[in-house]
Amino acid sequence: MDKQRLVLLKNVCKEFDGVEVLSNINLYIRKNEFLTLLGPSGCGKTTLLRLLGGFETPTSGDILFDGKSIINTPPYKRQLNTVFQRYALFPHYNVFDNVAFGLKIKKLPKAEIRQKVQDKLKLVGLSDYENRTIDTLSGGQQQRVAIARALVNEPALLLLDEPLGALDLKFRKEMQLELKRMQKQLGITFVYVTHDQEEALSMSDTIAVMDNGRIQQIGTPVMIYNEPINSFVADFIGESNILYGIMKEDYVAHFSGRDFRCLDRGYNNNEPVVVVVRPEDIKLVPPTDNTINGVVTSIVFMGVHYEIRLKGDDGFEWLIQSIHSAEVGSRLGIHLDPDDIHIMDRSQYDTAEYLEIKQ
Amino acid sequence: MNKKKTFALPYVVWMVIFTVVPLLLILFYAFVHRTDTGALVFTTEYIESALSGSSMSVLLLSLEYALITTVLCFLLAYPAALFLWQLKSRIGSIVNLLFMLPMWMNFLLRTYAWRALLDTSGPINRILQLLGFPAQQLLYTEGAVIFGLVYNFLPFMLLPIYTSFTKIDKSYIQAAEDLGANKRQTLIHIIFPLTKSGIITGITMVFMPAVTTFVISRLLGGSQTMMFGDLLENQFMLLKDWNTGSALAVVMMVLMLLSMALVRKSDDGVMPGGM
Ligand SMILES: Nc1ncnc2c1ncn2[C@@H]1O[C@H](COP(=O)(O)OP(=O)(O)O)[C@@H](O)[C@H]1O
Ligand SMILES: [Mg+2]
Repeated sequence: MDKQRLVLLKNVCKEFDGVEVLSNINLYIRKNEFLTLLGPSGCGKTTLLRLLGGFETPTSGDILFDGKSIINTPPYKRQLNTVFQRYALFPHYNVFDNVAFGLKIKKLPKAEIRQKVQDKLKLVGLSDYENRTIDTLSGGQQQRVAIARALVNEPALLLLDEPLGALDLKFRKEMQLELKRMQKQLGITFVYVTHDQEEALSMSDTIAVMDNGRIQQIGTPVMIYNEPINSFVADFIGESNILYGIMKEDYVAHFSGRDFRCLDRGYNNNEPVVVVVRPEDIKLVPPTDNTINGVVTSIVFMGVHYEIRLKGDDGFEWLIQSIHSAEVGSRLGIHLDPDDIHIMDRSQYDTAEYLEIKQ
Repeated sequence: MNKKKTFALPYVVWMVIFTVVPLLLILFYAFVHRTDTGALVFTTEYIESALSGSSMSVLLLSLEYALITTVLCFLLAYPAALFLWQLKSRIGSIVNLLFMLPMWMNFLLRTYAWRALLDTSGPINRILQLLGFPAQQLLYTEGAVIFGLVYNFLPFMLLPIYTSFTKIDKSYIQAAEDLGANKRQTLIHIIFPLTKSGIITGITMVFMPAVTTFVISRLLGGSQTMMFGDLLENQFMLLKDWNTGSALAVVMMVLMLLSMALVRKSDDGVMPGGM
């Protein structure tokens, strides 16, 4: 296990002018892991990332990279790259030269630089933008240039600070998939900062939920979702139904003992996935052969809606929000439309027992 | 719309009276000859005499001094601005103030002060003598003129460069470092290009006025070092030859426009990515 640890943070604290911004951070990041730092604005995510990037030094504690302490290593000697929160693209270079910067510094042959830059621009869908100046690009395009500029250096570790913040919803979803695909394909370890829990859940192998400069909980999305360690995590993640399933083929997911039509595709046939169903999307209907059936175990009136718990025949406890009441002990069915079903990658650590770091 | 134009009116009137009219007058004097009978005829004789060998050598000397001054000012101001920029903002503005403080005094006063300092019996020579060196002729040398020019024009180089430094977003520096650039590479590829507009402004604000300086050279250089400004002044004030004086002014203006265009051109010429 230890050999796989690319980065190790030990008792890391960071103060600014005597104010503690990060307290006692213990965290390891495994090779090829997609780790997300998730937390509300101001909780210290960017600061933690800057410690990794070398732009801040910890007030106390140590950071190991490949087993060696890097707290005295300047940023330019670290084998990692950053996609900055506000891109920080060089205004005096065009798109090509921005992306080429790291390679030119490394003095790679011109032809090789051209090839690599073009590859990466193609990857982020900006092939035709090579000669554009930065100020002519939209926010989303700038973000993609920033991603290409970091990726082109093929770093062992990529730090991304809310890289999709400026994109509209549709494009953000696309880029999420794209980033995840790149991460798998290139075998790069990602540390991804976001305050968007849905983004964190759909992309991460591991999520570290942060609040107030502390890591509240570390675990796979499923673990965090199903067993929030405290009320902050539960509140921040939001309650939902999350269960394991299999993607039978494109647009067909299998869970709770039967097949459902869904809107997702691009998975391998019979690939294990995670299925998320929001409580408010569930429609309670009389039980039939085409519904997930169970018994209502509790019902609470929340002012606008009822919060209903239904124990499925397979033992899974469903959470349902409905404006209609139901009777405890009655048998009901759950009806799901294709767009109620959200399919997510199963974390590579979901099967393995998750190891918390211990001093 | 029309209201806005009225607001600009005082400035337009000012411009016409104090810039356009004098310019036209200079052109008139430079190219128009009044015969004994009072008739006005076009002539290039004044321009030709302005282009004569002796005035050209003065012009060349002025250009040389101005160039040396500009280069020295840049070499002093750029590292200073870099240093100021890296200071904490509060300390930086205090140090910046110290740099600017001499500017609050009229440059003639300061130049007179330097005459006293550089005099053969002045404090500098006295210190030299205390250290066992013979007294040096400091005043009335080329060195004194160039020193005086650099001293007077340094703030005009420092200020625009420092301003362009303060406009650099520090995240660019961090991005460069993140991409593997060390301090020197960051300076060359990121900081320098991003402060180029300040450098250009600084060069323009030092070189142009330095060419036409006249009092500094006379006070610190005596009669040895006549600069183009001195020549111009003599032509008007001493010889009262307005025609040749205007012709000299025209030659100088053309030269300035050319050098301005050259500076602009080199600004565009340095392509981004030419690293
Ligand atoms: N350079 C700094 N000096 C002082 N305080 C800072 C500095 N950088 C961040 N902070 C403070 O640290 C806290 C965490 O900031 P940050 O890491 O940017 O949070 P996040 O990225 O999670 O929104 C904030 O309260 C912020 O004001
Ligand atoms: Mg942040």
